[in-house]
Amino acid sequence: MRRIAVVGASAAGLSAAETLRREGYDGTITLVGEEPEPPYDRPPLSKQVLAAEWERDRLALRTSADLAALDLDLRLGVEATGLELVSRTVELGDGSEVPYDGLIIATGVRPRRLPGEGAHVLRTLDDALMLRERLSAGRRLVVVGAGFLGAEAAAVARRLGAEVTVLEPAAVPLAHAVGTEVGRMLAQVHVDRGVGLRCGVTVTEVTEDGVRLSGGEEIEADEVLVAIGSLPNTEWLEGSGLTVGDGLVCDQYCEAAKNVYAAGDVARWYNPLFSTSMRIEHRTNAAEQGMAAARNLLGAEGARKPFAPVPYFWSDQYDMKIQAYGFLRGHDEVAVVEGDLAQRRFVAGYRTGDRVSGALAVGMPPKAIRRWRQAIATGAAWHATVPTGVPAADV
Amino acid sequence: MKVELEADKCVASGQCVVAAMDVFDQDDDGIAILLTEQVGDDQIDDVKEAVAVCPAAAIRLVGA
Ligand SMILES: Cc1cc2nc3c(=O)[nH]c(=O)nc-3n(C[C@H](O)[C@H](O)[C@H](O)COP(=O)(O)OP(=O)(O)OC[C@H]3O[C@@H](n4cnc5c(N)ncnc54)[C@H](O)[C@@H]3O)c2cc1C
Ligand code: SF4
Repeated sequence: MRRIAVVGASAAGLSAAETLRREGYDGTITLVGEEPEPPYDRPPLSKQVLAAEWERDRLALRTSADLAALDLDLRLGVEATGLELVSRTVELGDGSEVPYDGLIIATGVRPRRLPGEGAHVLRTLDDALMLRERLSAGRRLVVVGAGFLGAEAAAVARRLGAEVTVLEPAAVPLAHAVGTEVGRMLAQVHVDRGVGLRCGVTVTEVTEDGVRLSGGEEIEADEVLVAIGSLPNTEWLEGSGLTVGDGLVCDQYCEAAKNVYAAGDVARWYNPLFSTSMRIEHRTNAAEQGMAAARNLLGAEGARKPFAPVPYFWSDQYDMKIQAYGFLRGHDEVAVVEGDLAQRRFVAGYRTGDRVSGALAVGMPPKAIRRWRQAIATGAAWHATVPTGVPAADV
Repeated sequence: MKVELEADKCVASGQCVVAAMDVFDQDDDGIAILLTEQVGDDQIDDVKEAVAVCPAAAIRLVGA
């Protein structure tokens, strides 16, 4: 293999490119990225960047010296527009073509939007800088969507003194992901800080003065942030023959077709640890899957390894750090296994079938959490791990 | 080689400890601590792994 193309120049794509070099590959690596900036990090966008604590220079994923050492054919500010599997070429927006022997697709996701003009989304550095320009004490911000992204932005805006209203269609924010009790507790933290939270309302449209709800009611705002989830960037793969369905579909090796792999937010792969296909929008997964895809691309047929990680996610809101391990979605039961929800210091365990499938921790020391990560990694049986008599929080 | 840690970037994920237990630990808040700055030849691969998986790009390996 002498030519490898990596499409998407962010956490997953960079990790893949670095891993190729670490594994001793010395052929051409063409790294294609739509954004003009060298690879930068997204999690700080809704935290330190929005709070104006960090400037853009702190976001670079690697120093320019470290990047240069990778000896990349770096194509920034140009998007991939098409893929020809048979002739093995990636077509770029500037009309050029990148021939490859191996391909890694890491094009991530983009925010879902609502009808109407003028709302913010939060995905890129430009998005974050634009929103932060507009946030200040007394400004009225409406956040549509009470997921982790919306919650983080709401927390920063409150700290800056903005009047914040969060609108959420579900009855309890994040209930589908973390369970009702934990979701309620996480929401209460915002209410305690003066966020106006309205659940069970559907926003249909962004208007000139704010947003409109499905019943016709209008809510006024100076700024609107739409944080209602994301869509995988797979349009450029249309007609390529690859299977797309909420992400680029891959097997357990992260392979989508012969010598074509995917990694990061865009990839839907089969995770054998949970015996299910998943697509995960977590920062650590982007790096780990980039590594796995690169290694499997270089690996001989029998040397490839299934990608079977315990997903890990964190979120920072006010002075609260949330950490989650495993695959919480679709769980059958949640139980507080250490600490206390009311104290906001706890570990909640998640049961799926008869095993420990996930854990979510707030304010707990690392050693307390490590045990739970281990239980998930080994597929430990729920009844052998969770002490009997622990009250089930909810289903 | 020398390992550098920008502790104020650290997000307390603990990935570095999983990758290189002899080099990294975490304090009570989860923030990474260096157990050693000088990395021996036998540890370099593990530390490179830590650099690669750290979600905050807080770790660097420098020097010849
Ligand atoms: C504001 C914010 C806060 C977050 N906070 C956290 C957090 O606290 N914890 C956590 O675990 N995760 C967090 N995440 C998620 C985490 O940042 C993502 O999981 C991670 O960035 C995914 O990396 P990626 O490389 O797969 O995709 P992306 O970062 O989306 O990168 C994909 C890149 O590909 C480019 N691209 C797209 N289409 C094309 C094309 N056709 N041609 C060329 N290039 C293309 C895009 O421009 C982009 O630069 C956050 C995300 C955001 C946006
Ligand atoms: S991997 Fe990075 S972010 Fe996580 S604890 Fe270590 S230094 Fe901190």
